[in-house]
Amino acid sequence: MSVDETLAGYANLLLYGAMAAYTAAFLAFVLDLAGGTARAERQRTLAERRAVPVGAAAVPPGSGAAGDVSPGDVRSGDGTPPPRERRQAAAIGVSLTVLALLLHLAAVAARGWSVHRPPWGNMYEFATAGAAVVTLVFLAALRWRDLRYLGTFVVGPVLLTLGLAVVVLYTRASQLVPSLKSVWLAIHVSVAFVSSALFTLAFSVTVLYLVQARRERRRALGEPVRPAFTDALPAARELDRASYQLHAVAFPLWTFTLVAGAIWAENAWGRYWGWDPKEVWTFVIWVVYAGYLHARATRGWQGRKAAGLALVGYGCVLFNFLVVNIFFVGMHSYAGVG
Amino acid sequence: MTATRERPTAPAPVQPRLGAVGTLRFAWRQLTSMRTALFLLLLLAVAAVPGSVLPQRGVNAGQVTTYLQQHPTSGPWVDRLGGFDVYSSVWFSAIYLLLFVSLVGCVLPRCRQHWGALRARPPRAPARLDRLPAHVAAEVDGDPERTLAAAQAALRRRGFRVDVRDGSISAERGQLRESGNLLFHLSLVVLLVAVAAGHLLGWRGDVIVPVGSSFSNAVPSYDSLDAGPWVDSERLPPFSLDVDSMTVRFEEQQTGSQLGAPREFRARVTSRDGPEAAPRTTSVSVNHPLELDGAKVFLLGNGYAPVITVRDGTGRVVYSQATPFVPQDGSYTSLGAVKAPGAEPEQLGLVGWFLPTAVIDDKGPHSVFPDLKNPALTLTAFAGDLNLSSSAAQSVFTLDTSKMRQLRTSNGDLVRLLIAPGETKELPDGKGSVTFERVERFAGLSIRHDPARGWALGAAVAAMLGLALSLFVPRRRVFVRVRAVQPRAAGDGPRTLVEVGGLSRGEDAGLEDEVARVLAAAGGPTAGRTSEERG
Ligand code: HEM
Repeated sequence: MSVDETLAGYANLLLYGAMAAYTAAFLAFVLDLAGGTARAERQRTLAERRAVPVGAAAVPPGSGAAGDVSPGDVRSGDGTPPPRERRQAAAIGVSLTVLALLLHLAAVAARGWSVHRPPWGNMYEFATAGAAVVTLVFLAALRWRDLRYLGTFVVGPVLLTLGLAVVVLYTRASQLVPSLKSVWLAIHVSVAFVSSALFTLAFSVTVLYLVQARRERRRALGEPVRPAFTDALPAARELDRASYQLHAVAFPLWTFTLVAGAIWAENAWGRYWGWDPKEVWTFVIWVVYAGYLHARATRGWQGRKAAGLALVGYGCVLFNFLVVNIFFVGMHSYAGVG
Repeated sequence: MTATRERPTAPAPVQPRLGAVGTLRFAWRQLTSMRTALFLLLLLAVAAVPGSVLPQRGVNAGQVTTYLQQHPTSGPWVDRLGGFDVYSSVWFSAIYLLLFVSLVGCVLPRCRQHWGALRARPPRAPARLDRLPAHVAAEVDGDPERTLAAAQAALRRRGFRVDVRDGSISAERGQLRESGNLLFHLSLVVLLVAVAAGHLLGWRGDVIVPVGSSFSNAVPSYDSLDAGPWVDSERLPPFSLDVDSMTVRFEEQQTGSQLGAPREFRARVTSRDGPEAAPRTTSVSVNHPLELDGAKVFLLGNGYAPVITVRDGTGRVVYSQATPFVPQDGSYTSLGAVKAPGAEPEQLGLVGWFLPTAVIDDKGPHSVFPDLKNPALTLTAFAGDLNLSSSAAQSVFTLDTSKMRQLRTSNGDLVRLLIAPGETKELPDGKGSVTFERVERFAGLSIRHDPARGWALGAAVAAMLGLALSLFVPRRRVFVRVRAVQPRAAGDGPRTLVEVGGLSRGEDAGLEDEVARVLAAAGGPTAGRTSEERG
């Protein structure tokens, strides 16, 4: 079976289209955040007018919410957000992201079709397909919660990844080296995608949590805090919880990635574990995130310290993809860059 | 169950002097604390990193040798510190063994506690439900008993264990969360044991078999064999196999880094489980190993084995066989040697390159494509003593030329034979001739036996199951208390004040809804309305 060059060409065009749409979506999300500061200001005054009667009756004692509400977080004690304010820029951003994702998925599918195999055989394909999964997971997460405030921090990195893929990692469409032809590869890699995508979202939320927590601390100390885009974000406690939940889904998937990878290695090389650099880093990432989950249950480590571990974990994810794939030789070396 | 999810530990003994037993107990408690577990986990992650930066003997011994040559001063120190065997080094082993001791020490008492908790009654409702993280209350129609019964039924339907005491309900669900967590941690122990057992009881060997040759499973047949300490290597299972043919395909369309990338390797083999067993014909390819009597045969490498015939000065054939040359780069520029100890009057040795697509330019002879487009051998020749009688093991791919002399042509140049398939070249001084008959491929086989593989897989699957339960099963307690209140107006039916409180272990976004649902079942406002009322 040979490579369909025309189709591979269309795949590239579709990807450029997707990048254009992502750029527009990114701008829309940035506008939304910029508007958020003003919105927070409006809501603050609104909240001050309403706070007494509504808050007193509804906040369940002991929920702790009353103590740490930020101006951006006009929510009742049970965590239900206020009715969604019409955020036009954000809505446009989401629509554009959907459009971009459709083009992006079409590009990935065309690429796969042109080489008659799943399109993640080298780093270029891995990065493009992975970025599609990040967007997909983000859009899916929107149905579960209003995470539109994350738009900038998701679409931005996606765009960056695609840019990197096109400029640095580009590899022409071709078939696979034999050890990469396996069902377990398909399983291993697709789950790795989804969990990396979730780690990416979780990372964004964790960073926002740290920023927000710092502002809240300073505000609590009575220090001056300048208005910033974070005023439009949920309270630190809420961000912390979202970050944990994303990690709690990503971690078992990463565990599965590890196990599926071991099964694949056992089939391809006759040993399920051989401390190949790629395997080492998959393991390191797993252990660091296990540490993060532990830290959340360890006295003295909750909050910022645990969040720090999550950042270290994501650093390892990036290192594993960018540095290990290219510079460390091992049996997994299939980057195709060069 | 507190907001911080610390495992409940006994209060530290406040003693001025601990004594020997006390010190031990103190050390044990430290070792099995969450803080230590976290520390050891992070240490494990850090300790694993050097093994990805430094070459490792277990992965690629050749690179370690190169590293030692390039770093003559620091290299031996790195070696002494275990830098080339990170994963079997003392310090790495110490970390994970301590971690697992800590794990067992932490998990076994938790198992005991959990076993008790599974059979104990749910705890009594606390005095003030409004102190709990989730709390709702409403006045409903109906008398207290009926209301309580309705709440009880609703909780049962939701899978709670329910206990009614003194007009209040204590209900609990999600014990599976803790069970899952324990299963996860215990499975990790089983996994570690399975990995260790694999090392002790398993063996793995590599062998190169040219097409048309056969292999039988015994120590001398292997090019290298690595058997665990508990393996009786004299009694390996007696299977054998013949390599009948090889199919190999390389990328021909592409330019750039993907040109010549491998696309397909497959070997057809005939195997027998024992000397008397019936032969079976199957194929082995990358990702599709062959299972033989508890061992697995993997096709890991391939290359070329030119069939070379050497005649000595008397014209007698002293060497004739398919000779594997090991590929040194992606274009299969391959290195190999021929040893003819039977040659007269002196032993003969040839060493050099096999080039599937030969190009000879200022870089010297090399191959530019891995497939057979323009095959050629370039060899240098030696005469003298091959030194085969010395006890030191010799590689089959190189010559020991310490007692040999390189042959020269009559005008004094070193002999360099360039031979195409079918050609014969004469050696100078009537030393004989070399014929390159044809090219065969060889299969690089790796044969492995790991009796604990199934256990490792089982433990990994159990760990994943446990992890999923531990992270996704919400563990909740719900308490319901009822109290009769005055009817709103005389003549109305009885009224009851229902209070529902809940708490959970860990983050639990669904707790509010759970509590609201119970209240609704007891006759209170429905879940949707409550949240509106509350919001
Ligand atoms: C091989 C080492 C270990 C690994 C990879 C590991 C991994 C994990 C993971 C991923 C979790 C998260 C699951 C959850 O939150 O329910 C967890 C939870 C937990 N681990 Fe470990 N663990 C290890 C060793 C230990 C040790 C030595 C202890 C005891 C000191 C321990 C005690 C706990 C406890 C109590 C939890 C529950 C935390 C909670 O309630 O959320 N673990 N562990």
